[in-house]
Amino acid sequence: MASSGFQADVKALQKHLAARHLIYQHQHNKQMSCPAMAQLLSNTLYYKRFFPYYSFNVLGGLDNEGKGCVFTYDAVGSYEKVGYSSQGSGSTLIMPFLDNQLKSPSPLLLPARDAVTPLAEAEAIDLVKTVFASASERDIYTGDKLEIVVINADGIRREYMDLRKD
Amino acid sequence: MFRNQYDTDVTTWSPAGRLFQVEYAMEAVKQGSAAIGLRSKTHVVLGCVNKANSELSSHQKKIFEVDDHIGVAIAGLTADGRVLSRYMRNECINYSFTYESPLPVGRLVVQLADKAQVCTQRSWKRPYGVGLLVAGLDESGAHLYYNCPSGNYFEYQAFAIGSRSQAAKTYLERRFENFTDSSRDDLVKDAIMAIRETLQGETLKSSICTIAVVGAGEPFHVLDQGTVQQIIDTFETAAEQEDPATEPDAATGQEAAAEQGTAADHGGSTDEGAAPMDI
Repeated sequence: MASSGFQADVKALQKHLAARHLIYQHQHNKQMSCPAMAQLLSNTLYYKRFFPYYSFNVLGGLDNEGKGCVFTYDAVGSYEKVGYSSQGSGSTLIMPFLDNQLKSPSPLLLPARDAVTPLAEAEAIDLVKTVFASASERDIYTGDKLEIVVINADGIRREYMDLRKD
Repeated sequence: MFRNQYDTDVTTWSPAGRLFQVEYAMEAVKQGSAAIGLRSKTHVVLGCVNKANSELSSHQKKIFEVDDHIGVAIAGLTADGRVLSRYMRNECINYSFTYESPLPVGRLVVQLADKAQVCTQRSWKRPYGVGLLVAGLDESGAHLYYNCPSGNYFEYQAFAIGSRSQAAKTYLERRFENFTDSSRDDLVKDAIMAIRETLQGETLKSSICTIAVVGAGEPFHVLDQGTVQQIIDTFETAAEQEDPATEPDAATGQEAAAEQGTAADHGGSTDEGAAPMDI
């Protein structure tokens, strides 16, 4: 889960979900699938509808069949399964670029493609790096360092990249 | 133990100063199928005998993971054991949430013991009918505790509970002095051999026993059947040569050697006068 916003709320939310995940594993003897966690996150956020977690989230992971999924949220839990998304400061710069690269052109003219973006892993990582490097140029809050978490059938790995320090 | 007029309520003392309901609860532990635990300086191993009600049914789960660093084996009323495991899991999760560090095993067993004590002092409750062998690792090292229905708990180098556990205890008593420096694999082997003692003649197969390990750098997990069967195969063949080697090196100091071990054992059924809880 990638979150942006008030850091204490972000941390509290992550700890809460980690604890719930552990309980799930004890009860069901398996890891939670991404769609299950997506619903749990939504419920957790809405539970505090009238004193929200100030946290804007994007959830990524594998579903029960091993296919990747991405879910995007607002602060009070409304969510949607998408092929790509961005939240937080800089998202106004990043989102249009992702739309340009990944969204299928007008669905009226061509058969509408499904929500999964048709990218190879290396291409996707490269796109992420490009997008953040560009956002760092113009958004004052984006910069310093980028952490990329890659989730695939072999497991989870992290990559780091330096961004503009100003 | 005979029925008498002081055993109806858990809140009734007998003139000899005993709470019979609590002692009966400890009897329930002795009726359950065996569970054993042993520890070294860096690892703790739990083992249990899988008893199924009939050939058609599956066996009950007796070893539970509580957290990465704690696991528990139960004997007695498995339903009570399941409920207590859930409590233990919750406590561990809440502690990590608040303090961002794993719950020390000693704290958990005290909480469990206090929970058990409450049931011995309320007229509308009954004692938990399950004995728990809690195995865990924390900053102060590897630990093995036994929690009674009475609310007492003790730390052990090695222990066995449940039916025919005396045979396992005798085996463990002979060898426990070596356990501290044992390697992880030797510890697992000793656990399986201790289980074999409780089977008393039945062939030892991986389907009859469950083994779980927790150690430094090794989160609590149950060993899979294939691994256990391999270990059984390695020493089943050497079993005949093994017997002479287990001469009692603790022969002289046997009473002293058993200070941590089995003091609790003979109190119940044979000796009416002694109160088993006075350990």
